[in-house]
Amino acid sequence: MTKQKIVLVGNGMAGIRSLEEIIKLEKNKFELTVFGSEPHPNYDRIQLSKVLQGDTTVEDITLHDWNWYEKNQITLYTGETVIKVDTENQIIYSNKNRAVEYDKLILATGSLPFILPLPGADKKGVTAFRNIEDCQKMIEYSAHYKRAAVIGGGLLGLEAARGLLNLGMKVDVIHIFDYLMERQLDKTAGKLLQKELESQGMNFLMNKQTEAIVGENRVEGIRFKDGELLEADLVVMAVGIKPNVQLACESGIPVKRGITVNDYMETGIQNVFAVGECAEHREVVYGLVSPLYEQGKALAKKICEIPGEGYKGSTLSTKLKVSGVDVFSAGEINENTNTKTIKEFNDYQGTYKKILIEEGQISGAVLFGNTSESSKLLRMINQRSDIDDYLVSKKTEDGGVSLVAGFPDEEIICGCNGVTKADIVEAIQSQGLNTFEEVKGCTSASRSCGGCKPLVTDLLGLTTGTDSSLSSQKEPICECTTLSRDEVVAEIRDKNLSHTREVMNVLDWKTSEGCSKCKPALNYYLGMINPAEYEDERESRYVNERLHANIQKDGTFSVVPRMYGGVTNAKDLRTIADVADKYNVKLIKLTGGQRMDLFGIQKEDLPSVWADLDMPSGYAYGKTLRTVKTCVGENFCRFGTQDSISLGQMLEKKFERVGTPHKVKMGVSACPRNCAESGIKDVGFVGVDGAWEIYVGGNGGTHLKSADLLCKVKTTEEIMEITGAFLQYYRETANYLERTSVWVQRMGLDHIKAVIDDETNKQQLNERLNDALSVLKDPWKEAINSEEIQSSLYKSVKVPVETK
Amino acid sequence: MEKVLQRKKVSTLSELPRNLGKTVSIGSLEVALFRLNNGEVRAIENKCPHRGGVLAEGIISGEYVFCPMHDWKISIADGQVQKPDTGCVQTFGVEVENEDVYVLY
Repeated sequence: MTKQKIVLVGNGMAGIRSLEEIIKLEKNKFELTVFGSEPHPNYDRIQLSKVLQGDTTVEDITLHDWNWYEKNQITLYTGETVIKVDTENQIIYSNKNRAVEYDKLILATGSLPFILPLPGADKKGVTAFRNIEDCQKMIEYSAHYKRAAVIGGGLLGLEAARGLLNLGMKVDVIHIFDYLMERQLDKTAGKLLQKELESQGMNFLMNKQTEAIVGENRVEGIRFKDGELLEADLVVMAVGIKPNVQLACESGIPVKRGITVNDYMETGIQNVFAVGECAEHREVVYGLVSPLYEQGKALAKKICEIPGEGYKGSTLSTKLKVSGVDVFSAGEINENTNTKTIKEFNDYQGTYKKILIEEGQISGAVLFGNTSESSKLLRMINQRSDIDDYLVSKKTEDGGVSLVAGFPDEEIICGCNGVTKADIVEAIQSQGLNTFEEVKGCTSASRSCGGCKPLVTDLLGLTTGTDSSLSSQKEPICECTTLSRDEVVAEIRDKNLSHTREVMNVLDWKTSEGCSKCKPALNYYLGMINPAEYEDERESRYVNERLHANIQKDGTFSVVPRMYGGVTNAKDLRTIADVADKYNVKLIKLTGGQRMDLFGIQKEDLPSVWADLDMPSGYAYGKTLRTVKTCVGENFCRFGTQDSISLGQMLEKKFERVGTPHKVKMGVSACPRNCAESGIKDVGFVGVDGAWEIYVGGNGGTHLKSADLLCKVKTTEEIMEITGAFLQYYRETANYLERTSVWVQRMGLDHIKAVIDDETNKQQLNERLNDALSVLKDPWKEAINSEEIQSSLYKSVKVPVETK
Repeated sequence: MEKVLQRKKVSTLSELPRNLGKTVSIGSLEVALFRLNNGEVRAIENKCPHRGGVLAEGIISGEYVFCPMHDWKISIADGQVQKPDTGCVQTFGVEVENEDVYVLY
């Protein structure tokens, strides 16, 4: 049987989503051909603003790479535009003179940015914000020019403005209405949003109508109707989009605002379908991504001749993708004479919630500042739920029952990738998934923006019948084993195991040689248990710890020499400057821990760089004590009550090099002004008159957390003993890669206090730590003095190619 | 058109530490050479398809290498990127004669 030919015009999210649905239903029935005007495979257009904002890259937003097309035997023509459809003979023609016959044609031509027909709109420096090229253009402009003007204070305009701000430009946003995002927000929320964005550095010109774009060849500014002028080097038009219907129009396919379709996405012409932003369904054209999934499903069923209800329309919801701003809206936005509202406005914390109720049912909502209820409200608006249900659900939630339990199967959990509750449950059950990461890997739920992670986690807990908060109690150290960290450590001690491979063999690892998670972990546990005898395994170390330098994205390394307490001198600075010259260092950067970082060093040069520096390793790469940051202290500072520099140096000299489950940072401040930021360090010291406060478990990184007060002591001897005991207890009981902030929370501060307060315990912990410290040597010196280390770890092979 | 493979001596066995990679440049071509735990020597392109990470510096487990940049798992045997990521890297033939290691490219 010959295959039916499907031709898809438009290689974007809507079209490809539909093909995916078709392939899911009928893998081998069709011969698929795709035309796309852009030179890229299908990418996630909604993430473009994140690319511009510098949060992700073009590669990362690619949804289907070239392999996907190949694997599904799809013929793909990129950079090629279909210019004519002969609907009578069922043939399409491209701008490269290609003619392709079809049995079914899908139009997914999307939409075009609306460019205001202003005088000067064709000048250099005017762009839309719609595709990868626009994005790249804006990034390029930001390197040469300073002032950007964005016309349009809607969703797209604000996302573009935030991106330009991140690129270091000065940004003016011009909006024709008196508040922002007037199509998605009410006035209160719009004003709150403006205030928030102003605090981020955006400037707004409201109630302004642009008359012309001025400049010679290039843009130099904007003139408004009121006669005012605004200087600008770049103008981004983000006033809206319009369905791209040119092809349909010219080919005689019925069009109103968009290409008109019925509930099965069929156009007025036989065997021609339309889907996505170019389609008009029941007089609505959708400009957002979420309806695509339902439309794609309806279309696929029709084409595969599977009976179904078709597509019934969607309720729109909006989320602004600007970091630091949480905005959501769905359904009706503004009240009228028939509506009642629930409003909560918290001026102090900048949160706002409005729910619209029509005849006792929820018809719309606007959230600002706190959008945690967005999924629930969207579902309730879609189902026109009773307002009483919402009020009841709020109560049960406070009682701790997950709301995901009440979702219907077809509920979309991940809006970015169109993954439903049923998809996730099915994957968990049929493939026996147990962790969030596995679900993410198998279903793509939560892979884009990550906003649905809490729902996915809840769903996992519900489906597997384990409370997700409890299941973390016994977590295997990686996928190679079912044993937890504590079990593995106990077995190593009991059975006296001495190599990572021995551990894997004896404890029945599922893989013969482990993975990148368990190898470094086992290497750490073995060394922690038996510091004097265990021989560290280079091949079980992550590259940075193996080579004692920090790898950079281009494969070069950075070098940080030790500077105890962040103190240096003229001689060392000269040496560093000489090394930088000699080895062509690309960048010298001061680190957050008060050190100097030399970037762009070739691997082969590392040993000689260290020899020339003649300083100890700063361990900027290590799971160990990184730095002790200090303030100036009593010797110079008029506020200082203690000698913070001396204490910092003493701590660093005592505890450097010892391996810990994760990196450890310390800070010493000589007064409560806390210039060394001791409150966000793993161990922090704050000098007060005649005493030191010791803080533990702080973190200034991914999970910002202030440190807890462990105790207050008078002498440096006490400080050294308590710090030693704390570090050793952390070494002995934390999971590999668990920072002290998480560990302290898990163990409980009171428990740790009790352990360290016990005099015998404290002494023994310090003795064991001293055993570990006693065998450590400076790794840079070792490398300099060992021919074997240099040739096996640092030398590359270069083979010349003779040219003939 | 068929390409004729070239054969180059790049190392001796004793110069290759077990379970670690070695960067080998042949002209402008960069290859990651691995001596696996089972004694076999394998060669793949020294460039992760994700962001171009140097695979020669990755952690090796059996016949897989984990890219040091973002932990992608890649088969050293056939160059395939493992799930949930996708893609592949080029593999090169390796011949060991006596002590000498040759790469075919």
